[in-house]
Amino acid sequence: MSVKIILFGKLAEIVGGSVSVDNVADTDSLINALHNDYPEFAKTKYVIAVDKQVIKENTVLNNKSTVALLPPFSGG
Amino acid sequence: MIDQNLYERYHRQIILPEFGEVGQQKLLKAKVLVIGAGGLGCPALQYLAAAGVGTIGIVDDDVVALNNLHRQVLYSVNDIGLSKAERATHILQQLNPDINIISYNERLENQNALMLFEEFDIIIDGTDNFSTRYMINDACVLLNKPLVYGAISQFEGQVSVFNPQPLKGGNEAVNYRDLFPDPPKEGEVLNCAEAGVLGVLPGIIGTMMANETIKLITGIGEPLVNQLLTYNALNNQVYLLNLSARTETRSLIPKDEKAFLQMNYVWLCSSPVQQSEIDPDIFNDMIAKGNVDVIDVREPHEMPAVNEFKHLKIPLAQLADNNSLIKSENVIAFCQSGKRSIQAAKILSGIFGDSKKIYSLRGGIIEWKKQKQTV
Repeated sequence: MSVKIILFGKLAEIVGGSVSVDNVADTDSLINALHNDYPEFAKTKYVIAVDKQVIKENTVLNNKSTVALLPPFSGG
Repeated sequence: MIDQNLYERYHRQIILPEFGEVGQQKLLKAKVLVIGAGGLGCPALQYLAAAGVGTIGIVDDDVVALNNLHRQVLYSVNDIGLSKAERATHILQQLNPDINIISYNERLENQNALMLFEEFDIIIDGTDNFSTRYMINDACVLLNKPLVYGAISQFEGQVSVFNPQPLKGGNEAVNYRDLFPDPPKEGEVLNCAEAGVLGVLPGIIGTMMANETIKLITGIGEPLVNQLLTYNALNNQVYLLNLSARTETRSLIPKDEKAFLQMNYVWLCSSPVQQSEIDPDIFNDMIAKGNVDVIDVREPHEMPAVNEFKHLKIPLAQLADNNSLIKSENVIAFCQSGKRSIQAAKILSGIFGDSKKIYSLRGGIIEWKKQKQTV
């Protein structure tokens, strides 16, 4: 199972391209896998959205899920 | 009934069936406060003034600089060194002499925020730092004021309408802290001065903020209530996120005016020393970027010696007396293990206040050398 991942801001910059993570059942395992592959993620603040809804707790994913990771911007 | 001159000025929007003379009347009666007359504020102000928002307040304590002009297209070279709030007021008043524009050439602080916000119907956040953004959000929640939010970084922007009043459909109003409960720590996000920004991006996002404001005032269309729009200027991707209110948020916001006045937003977003500790890789990035003084606060005899990067040698005990050696905007102290450099950062924060950003290398030079070997 592979979910679609959309990254914004600094997170997209860290990855520098598209990213895919296989065999993750929920957002916690997805985030763990991403932090493993990209240690700099751990130093970045971001919110997680599953299918365009911002979540605060571990959420079950299916193969149609889209997960977006969005850091805050301060610039004006 | 609007007089002939005004009818002529706003004709092209009055003839829109959804807008009409009623929409124009609503705009003329509206009072909008724009905080920050910079990248986002300028385009928002231009369109709001042109559209006929009857009263516009402009808060900014900054002056125009040459490196603003690539994105703050309201200003010209003749404005360099002059107050943004005053110049913007003057220029916009020429665009539309029929509206009332009030310039507040001052910094938004806890002490003036609530009084100022009470005079206006809608607040627009075009600021460039987290401490002011959190303060504006909290003040809007306390006073039940709608907040039109926009923020940018490099090629991407975010827009939303927080805390709308009244809210349709029985939903609870979402505010900025429902999305990002706490401010990020130093180094967790980039700012424009460090990361850069494409000049046209704030033009797009600021114009969207003006659009959301006009929709809120006139009641047309669907403002970005309980939604966050993200826009990417490189690939034109627009992403809409749905937001919902969280019960925990309320506990983060000062409960009354007194508590609000006591909040230290600057501290919340940066100053505490434990937040200013940086890891070796961020340390390396900062050295590579420049504009940083690195200081070895160990005693002269201490090993290992450091010759991998340029640095000053000022032992901790002599730091306060020798602070004139420190010239750069960013300062990183290091020692053996990262403990004395925290002390050094505290001392330097006390001396330089907000004028410099002070950091301490976590784990000290020992950790730095260790990580260097493993790379």
